Amino acid sequence: MSVARLLPLIVAVPMFGAALLVGAGRRLPRHAAEVLGCVFSGGAAALALGALAATSGAAPRPAEWVGGWRPRHGAGVGIVLVGDPVGLGLAALVSVLVLASLAYAWRYFDEPPPRHAGSYPGLVLLFQAGMCGFALTGDLFNAFVFFELMGVVAYALTGYRVEEARPVQGALIFALVNSLGGYAALLGIGLLYARTGELGLAQIGARLDAHPGGPDPLLVAAFTLVAAGLLVKAAAVPFHFWLADAHAVAPTPVCMLLSGVMVELGLYGTARVYWTVFAGPGGIPGAAVHRALLVLGVLTALLGAVMCWLQRHLKRLLAYSTVAHTGVFLVGLATLGPRGTGGVVLYVLGHAGVKAALFACTGVLLDRYGSVDEHQLHGRARELPWVGGLFAVGGLALAGLPPFGTALGKAVVEEAAGGWATALCVAVSAATGGAVLRAAARVFLGLGARHPADAPAPGEEGGEETTGKDEEPETRGGLLSRIPDTMQVVPAVLLAGALAVGLLPGLRAAAGRAAAAFTDHRGYTASVLHGVPAPPAAGEPPDWSAAGILWGLLATALAVALALAAVRRPVPREAARWTVPLRRLHSGHAGDYVAWFLAGVTVLAALVL
Amino acid sequence: MNAIGENAMGVLPYAVAGWLFLMGCYGLATSRNLIHAVGCLAVCQASTYVLLLAIGYRRGGTAPVFSDVTPGSRPVVDPVVQALVLTDIVIGATVTALLLSLVIQIAKRHRTVDPDELSELRG
Amino acid sequence: MSRRVRAWVLVLGGLGFAALFAAACAGLPHFGGDLHPYGDRAVRAALLRHTANAVASVNFDQRAFDTLGEESILFGAVLGTVVLLRQTRDENRRPPAPAPVAAPVRRYARLALPVTLLIGLYIVAHGQLSPGGGFQGGVVVATALHLLYIAVDYRALERIRPVGLYEVGDAAGEAAYLLVGTGALVAGAAFLANVLPYGTFNTLSSGGTVPVLNAAIGVEVACGVVVLLARFLDQAVEIEDPPADAPEGAAK
Repeated sequence: MSVARLLPLIVAVPMFGAALLVGAGRRLPRHAAEVLGCVFSGGAAALALGALAATSGAAPRPAEWVGGWRPRHGAGVGIVLVGDPVGLGLAALVSVLVLASLAYAWRYFDEPPPRHAGSYPGLVLLFQAGMCGFALTGDLFNAFVFFELMGVVAYALTGYRVEEARPVQGALIFALVNSLGGYAALLGIGLLYARTGELGLAQIGARLDAHPGGPDPLLVAAFTLVAAGLLVKAAAVPFHFWLADAHAVAPTPVCMLLSGVMVELGLYGTARVYWTVFAGPGGIPGAAVHRALLVLGVLTALLGAVMCWLQRHLKRLLAYSTVAHTGVFLVGLATLGPRGTGGVVLYVLGHAGVKAALFACTGVLLDRYGSVDEHQLHGRARELPWVGGLFAVGGLALAGLPPFGTALGKAVVEEAAGGWATALCVAVSAATGGAVLRAAARVFLGLGARHPADAPAPGEEGGEETTGKDEEPETRGGLLSRIPDTMQVVPAVLLAGALAVGLLPGLRAAAGRAAAAFTDHRGYTASVLHGVPAPPAAGEPPDWSAAGILWGLLATALAVALALAAVRRPVPREAARWTVPLRRLHSGHAGDYVAWFLAGVTVLAALVL
Repeated sequence: MNAIGENAMGVLPYAVAGWLFLMGCYGLATSRNLIHAVGCLAVCQASTYVLLLAIGYRRGGTAPVFSDVTPGSRPVVDPVVQALVLTDIVIGATVTALLLSLVIQIAKRHRTVDPDELSELRG
Repeated sequence: MSRRVRAWVLVLGGLGFAALFAAACAGLPHFGGDLHPYGDRAVRAALLRHTANAVASVNFDQRAFDTLGEESILFGAVLGTVVLLRQTRDENRRPPAPAPVAAPVRRYARLALPVTLLIGLYIVAHGQLSPGGGFQGGVVVATALHLLYIAVDYRALERIRPVGLYEVGDAAGEAAYLLVGTGALVAGAAFLANVLPYGTFNTLSSGGTVPVLNAAIGVEVACGVVVLLARFLDQAVEIEDPPADAPEGAAK
């Protein structure tokens, strides 16, 4: 059986696992449900990794027409799954991270509802299936279906702790904004269908290329709407507001998946649609797309970094750092070349490990102390040196300490995007890494002064910021007295993975090849529609450079300095005045976010015009 | 019908789709009740049904079902958009169900369904 | 953000969106036009596979993978609702009281129940022939059962509705669709390939795997909707609010 033939199973195996867990859920003891969850997610991971290993550089895009509906002369009626290295690599990353998340939640997670032991692993498996399907599909409407599948499951997982006020609010905001984005994308898909009469990415691209010329308003609108929908998932400014609200309230193992891969899949979708549909002579000029992605990327990176620095709620802090890194990924993708894309591939791999590990450490704090507030936890976690060490290493890796994968990806993106991008990357890395290190210094070392208003001040509830005080632990039987081994081992393994991304030379070469195949518009069409292998032109693989290492070290030093400076200064009683408008912008009000969504569509269209 | 009228008819269904989407967004942004907001989201989604079905229409076409129509005897409308809309409707119904269950829980935990009074997540 | 700022952002964004969409509409082919290349191919493919309902052929054969995702969305949403609308620790269950039902309502519902059930099953079974199919018929079947709530009371509905069993049915429908797809793979064809004989055009057994997948969807949708409604009805009828102060803005 060929590699291509097995591609649908990467989606079907977790779905079947979910069906089994729900079907047998009432009779399954809890540990059996957990074992089954791990078996099915691990099975999909093995399939994805196996397919990745079996895909040769000479024929980099195995394509499978589901139902055997292979097109004749480029015209067909079926849906195609494409196992190009970036898509398959993302499916593998998703599966591995789901496995890590399930292992992290092993036996510790509070498991409502009663007699439904399979609910939680079942939902996570469906989430995995949705993300893998989205990564593999080569059909625009099918991508929308899987976009909605991962959305629906993610909303339910985010609101999992219904006993509390915050999760249900965060989940509702998440669901409203993301659904709206999905429908906008569907409008764009409708426009493309009207113009070309096709739904497959390769087919639409081929039809557009048959009529080269400048883009007309319909194409601009179609690109804008589809990209806006996907950028909502990717949390690009000004579509990013939902992210912090959702990430701050979702259960920790779910946060690992949301921040680690789901957001990145939105970026993947944007880039995938651009490269397969719009990158040809009948599409949108590269300069316009470059401008749009670059502007949004810079804004996202800066706003995310500032908001990250301002947080005291640790999960919100990590969420905004994801926003900031999304901005850097966008800057890398905006180079519209294999080199920048290769850098983003490596960066995403490293970031997934680091961010998931940081969330995992935060989860330990939550379940041990019932708080994720930087000031309330001041010095209390001195007794957890191992977790503190992991948290600090995660902060250093986020700041871009070589040889972590994040540093490598950052260096490659910097070089591809040019001089000023270096300054942006260093600033973002220093601010986000510095914020994490600052929290580590306060929480795990007890450095610096305590917050003057640690005793709740009157009227604090009406304040402009969200504190992380008095959160309910997610564990069975309340606060943990002993940290389970799985909760301590999983973040270590994830960090080791992020380190391996930077160290393995084979991975660098593979990322270079993957990016070259990903950015090859003609090759994609030829492979998918006509079965021609069409290997991309070999380029220089992304690699460490002396300048990249130096900038990484500088960003790390800056992050450490920022963290130390912050803990040395007395904690101000009130937030600085210049931060108030920024905080007010992030209001937690779905209506505001919808207004910003429409404004964002307008801005995006203006940038693409 | 004169040429201008025909031209207007030619884009009217698409314009309805755009109008529905905008009105749904307006409702979502200004809503004072979350149940109403969920309804507004459904209005936004209705715009996608209208757009897709309008795109798939063929003048004089009948349903693409051949149990009582001899194939080739009459034009039929595009079956693909019909299938897409069916999928879309199922997605819409399930998302609405999930959103409403979240609203029920919000009503219990926050004792309100007015989005202006939800103040747990800021900054 | 104040309401005024929000209104400004909304107006500017709305105007931009309107301009963008209007410009796009001007470039669309005219309403009712004749160019539907994918649609024409889909009709030909449906007829080649002896499926009279071309929409069913698109849904369950040509783009069966879309329907797998769609079915999983329903499955996930039902599972999500079970989780979100669970009885929390601080909530109590109050047994539902019998309620008086007006005689005409009772007579009507009793009459309508078997008819509705039959129509639902008919729609599922004839999905490959006439408009309808597993999704539509499944919803009708689930609705039929809930006529009992109108005809008698909630307790009568609960007796014919062991939710656990319907949860198993929901999962079985999802699993059956996947097994049909994998079966084709084992038979040496592609995943979800239509490997069964296509049968005689315009008969119940035509369309190969289309009626089988339709039935799987019918089971999943009927059971899923029953479970979904059960969770909502539980909230409305049985579960009491947490024993804090009186509910003010509780959902209706």
